[in-house]
Amino acid sequence: MRKFFALLGRELKSYFYSPIAWVVMFFFLFLTGFMFYSAVKFLTLGPTQVTLMEAFFNQVPFWFGFILLIPLITMRTFSEEWKMGTIETLMTAPVRDWQVVLTKFLGAFIFYIVLWIPTTIYFRIFTMISNAPAVRSDGAYYGSYLMIFLIGMFYISVGCLASALTRNQIVAGVISMCSIMCLFFFAWISFFVLNVSPVLSEFIGYFSAIDHMATFSKGLLDTRPIVYYVSMTALVLYLTLQVFQSRKWKV
Amino acid sequence: MIKVEHLTKKYPGHTAIRDLSFEVGKGEIVGFLGPNGAGKSTTMRILSSFMPATSGSASIAGYNVFTQSREARTHLGYMPENVPLYMDMRVNEYLSYRAALKGLGSRRAKERVGDVIELCSLNEMEKRIIGTLSKGYRQRVGLADALVHDPDLLILDEPTSGLDPNQIRQVRELIKNLGKRHTILLSSHILPEVEATCSRIIIINKGRIEASDTPENLVKQLRTSGGIRLEAKTGTDSGIEQLQRITSIRDVSQTTDGEWTTFLLRIEAGMDAREEIFRLCVERGWAVRELANQRATLEDVFVELTHADA
Repeated sequence: MRKFFALLGRELKSYFYSPIAWVVMFFFLFLTGFMFYSAVKFLTLGPTQVTLMEAFFNQVPFWFGFILLIPLITMRTFSEEWKMGTIETLMTAPVRDWQVVLTKFLGAFIFYIVLWIPTTIYFRIFTMISNAPAVRSDGAYYGSYLMIFLIGMFYISVGCLASALTRNQIVAGVISMCSIMCLFFFAWISFFVLNVSPVLSEFIGYFSAIDHMATFSKGLLDTRPIVYYVSMTALVLYLTLQVFQSRKWKV
Repeated sequence: MIKVEHLTKKYPGHTAIRDLSFEVGKGEIVGFLGPNGAGKSTTMRILSSFMPATSGSASIAGYNVFTQSREARTHLGYMPENVPLYMDMRVNEYLSYRAALKGLGSRRAKERVGDVIELCSLNEMEKRIIGTLSKGYRQRVGLADALVHDPDLLILDEPTSGLDPNQIRQVRELIKNLGKRHTILLSSHILPEVEATCSRIIIINKGRIEASDTPENLVKQLRTSGGIRLEAKTGTDSGIEQLQRITSIRDVSQTTDGEWTTFLLRIEAGMDAREEIFRLCVERGWAVRELANQRATLEDVFVELTHADA
């Protein structure tokens, strides 16, 4: 257990010691601040059915930023170790492969969570100043942030897999960005492919991150997306472990 | 401590090591000597479980490095070539991290980190960030890392590469001291250092072991020994003709500098022809200002063995 926490501690330190982390945080908060502003602006345009939270989490810049952000966080996880050569001292220490893979994933995931925490202030500020609720019910707070973490968890695991596949950080970043975009836009196939039957269209809709976010930010906590994201993350992490271990098969 | 049997490692296109077999006993300091590309680093990487062999087996302290990899790694302190370190951590931070990875509890880890910092003379650099250290200090951090869990076996890949002569001497002393309590396998192409620190040398070339013996024995086994240097005033005599009359002399070459001539004589292995040469000089009335043995060095052995098939 001590080894696990030592590895995790090192991962977190490597994020926060690097200037990239602080630059990413700065721009992330800048982006979310701007999104908050435009969400509030949207509400002033006229009477509307949506709450602030729904408006905030369903904007284009939100998803755009999301897709760009995660590869930036994950591209260095494995690639840097290979590039710097420190993979050699890591793998010749008596640690298990799954510990390394899991701690790299958790390091990225915890950093991602830390990025989002300051945004909870926005909604508090809104309710304090306007005396109007930001959400229909408290469930929406939990739902929205839960969905943020679930989607982030899944995409981060994809980013880790991409990083494990290559020594080059940029290639890892590009692979993860493209994969995440494909996963994200998978739900929009029905717009591009004509002759999609309603059954197929509904089926594809189950994978749609946008739909998931929309329902959760209304406060509707559906267990189906939860199962989807947790099981997909586990699958992708398992694949990452196999890729990581494959160096032992290069006889 | 180390047992290697018929180890082979093939890459698509070339074979890095073939059918390598050797043993390193407890308490020995063994030097792996060979030209670049001979297979030294490959062998060490296989021993440290970093990569698998194509065939053959290797074990450390009785644990097979492939099937019982974690146990094997617990008994091993490995320092790779190029000493990779995390540049953003401080020295003590890095060593504590490595101690934790190697399974030391927090109190013991603190003790050991203090010990190795002392041992590798890192006291002044303890709180410095590794990225700001010079190569010599980084090498010491790498060595401290390998030592932190007090392993029975140390495998050091080119521990003095890139160091200046002072630092080389310090590391050499350190290795010699460590040799009293640990088994050490190190690789190098700095020959005097291997000669000075190792009790046994394995010469490896193109993936095969060419020789494995103590430095003294290796030098003795050389087909021709170093030779004798004679500086004499031979006057009108033809020095070479006269010298070649001595039976143990195989080859003579000379250079003349004014009145004095320098002769470089190659003699049969194991023979000492100096007395006969002296008598010859007295007989012929030559003034002598130098008559000395030129001892064969490990470098001669090295060059000879690794060029044998050239």
